[in-house]
Amino acid sequence: MKAFTQLNGLACPIDRANIDTDAIIPKQFLKSIKRSGFGPYLFDEWRYTNHGEPGMDCSTRPLNKDFVLNQPRYKGAQIMLARENFGCGSSREHAPWAIEDFGFRVIIAASFADIFFNNCYKNGMLPIVASHAIVDQLFKECQANVGYRLNIDLVSQTVTLPSGESFGFEINATSKHNLLNGLDEIGLTLIHADKIKAFEAKHKQSQPWLFT
Amino acid sequence: MAGKTLYDKLWESHLVHEDADGTCLIYIDRHLVHEVTSPQAFEGLRLAGRKAWRNNSIVANPDHNTPTKDWDKGIEDPISRLQVETLDNNIKEFGALVYFPFKNVNQGIIHVIGPEQGTTLPGMTVVCGDSHTSTHGAFGALAHGIGTSEVEHVLATQTLIAKKSKRMLVKVDGKLGKGVTAKDVALAVIGKIGTAGGNGYAIEFGGEVIRALSMEGRMTICNMAIEAGARAGIIAPDEKTVAYLSGRKYAPKGADWDKAIACWSTLHTEPDAVFDAVVELRGAEIEPQVTWGTSPEQVLPIGGRVPDPLQEKDATKRTSIENALKYMGLTANTPIEEIKLDKIFIGSCTNSRIEDLRAAAVVAKGKKVASSIALAMVVPGSGIVKRQAEEEGLDKIFLDAGFEWREPGCSMCLAMNADRLSPGERCASTSNRNFEGRQGQGGRTHLVSPAMAVAAAIAGHFVDVRTI
Repeated sequence: MKAFTQLNGLACPIDRANIDTDAIIPKQFLKSIKRSGFGPYLFDEWRYTNHGEPGMDCSTRPLNKDFVLNQPRYKGAQIMLARENFGCGSSREHAPWAIEDFGFRVIIAASFADIFFNNCYKNGMLPIVASHAIVDQLFKECQANVGYRLNIDLVSQTVTLPSGESFGFEINATSKHNLLNGLDEIGLTLIHADKIKAFEAKHKQSQPWLFT
Repeated sequence: MAGKTLYDKLWESHLVHEDADGTCLIYIDRHLVHEVTSPQAFEGLRLAGRKAWRNNSIVANPDHNTPTKDWDKGIEDPISRLQVETLDNNIKEFGALVYFPFKNVNQGIIHVIGPEQGTTLPGMTVVCGDSHTSTHGAFGALAHGIGTSEVEHVLATQTLIAKKSKRMLVKVDGKLGKGVTAKDVALAVIGKIGTAGGNGYAIEFGGEVIRALSMEGRMTICNMAIEAGARAGIIAPDEKTVAYLSGRKYAPKGADWDKAIACWSTLHTEPDAVFDAVVELRGAEIEPQVTWGTSPEQVLPIGGRVPDPLQEKDATKRTSIENALKYMGLTANTPIEEIKLDKIFIGSCTNSRIEDLRAAAVVAKGKKVASSIALAMVVPGSGIVKRQAEEEGLDKIFLDAGFEWREPGCSMCLAMNADRLSPGERCASTSNRNFEGRQGQGGRTHLVSPAMAVAAAIAGHFVDVRTI
């Protein structure tokens, strides 16, 4: 997993509440058995005016000029701004894979759906929950100012606006540590292998029917 | 100290390790696997040279990509076929307790076959790379949908990294009216608390209405807990749970069965337990529900009218309503009963079990699908459901009425196979999500119960099933 420490990046506002993972990456792209290459299909039905299928060359597809990600001013954006309940719906990890593959490393939203939120951390992305007031302010400033960049610092857990104003965000210690160091969670869990084996033996003794 | 909730008991009995910040390792008893969210996880194991920690925890089968007709032709889409074959090969390499390959007589939707085989039991932890894993909470199991990285983690370590959720009680008291089903209760709950209402919570469903539901109805309710944002829905096991499991292939037998029943009788919330949130509904007030928008919370009773964005004061909600009306091709204030349909879909992990098909058949019996309906299809949840329905003659009732009777699978719930809506087509669907493009790009989905879907098929538009 890629480590994340600090990022100064261009922000892009996706101004809708309840953006679901079907919108982030439509089902036809879930047929891939790979983990990469989903970026060109991110928000496929909003981004292009024709129907997308896996394997299509997206560089020649007709773009929906009204969709914010297609506006030249947001080219190269690495920070996504979103509203409430971002990533609701299906558990498909193809959603954070597509967002990451497109180039985003941070999503700032008023709230996230639980499974999506966890999936971000597994892919070196930082999901930040901010208050409605802050999210509103970021949307307004971002839409009003071309080239609007934010500075995200995971060590100090702060987001700094172009004005120099900043706000803090919460993250649990384990996720922060793993993200800062780009750690493989399976390797970390297997440090506890003896504890898992001991639990398993006891569990099997008390409820043997769970083991068939 | 307050007593424990059922969720507390399930959590504590699976806690392997807890870090200082509350991050925990939870032991996983059952791992359900399907073809869409697992290939990258198995590949990860292979690249790291890891084995499955306990492969007899795995119950697997392909369901999302499988066709629902012309099985003799196999899977025509080469990309879908490769994904299904990849699951075959991964199970061959890593092993499983149960595997039903494509066309096996018992194959079906993973959330239907798990309980059907007796591999979902009270007191278990269950995971699957699929958000609708919440379904299994109907048995008093702690069941979470997880991402593919977590699938790999569970395969490699038999544990899940998680933090304890807050506890919510959704209590539905009284009795349901005639024609009102578990699906209507689920949609009414989501209408009340919203699709983010359950974020961060595990929901326990209780009250007289829930106790009166069959296991199939309880699975429908827990299935939709994720649509309320909750990662888990749970219902305490009781005599109905025991009766459902008795004699199932992988359910405990003999002395273990007696011990298991004694153990399961402790799986309930203590009377003095405290929840972080409580939501109450009166069963008698719940009417048949129909979603009108592009989120399950955009739902109304059948007698309602499509909302008017001008009446909404909150700007974000107003925009949501405007976007939904535009996508759905609806005009504000239109009565729900005047909405005409093009297709009807009865199926999905929400509503494809035998009781759902029986409820649908009662309404379909002796009637005909309206000539304006382009396609009405019934997709049973598994091979076992299909055979049972055929033994009861339900297939005949559907076919006589003009429905297609298909092979089992996820089908048009998410349209990964050939079953889908064309742009602009409008569908009454017994599935769980009415998101934009869910049933096909540009397709318009209205979520309803099986009985309401059949009533709409016959009338050609939505109609109150209680009046026919």
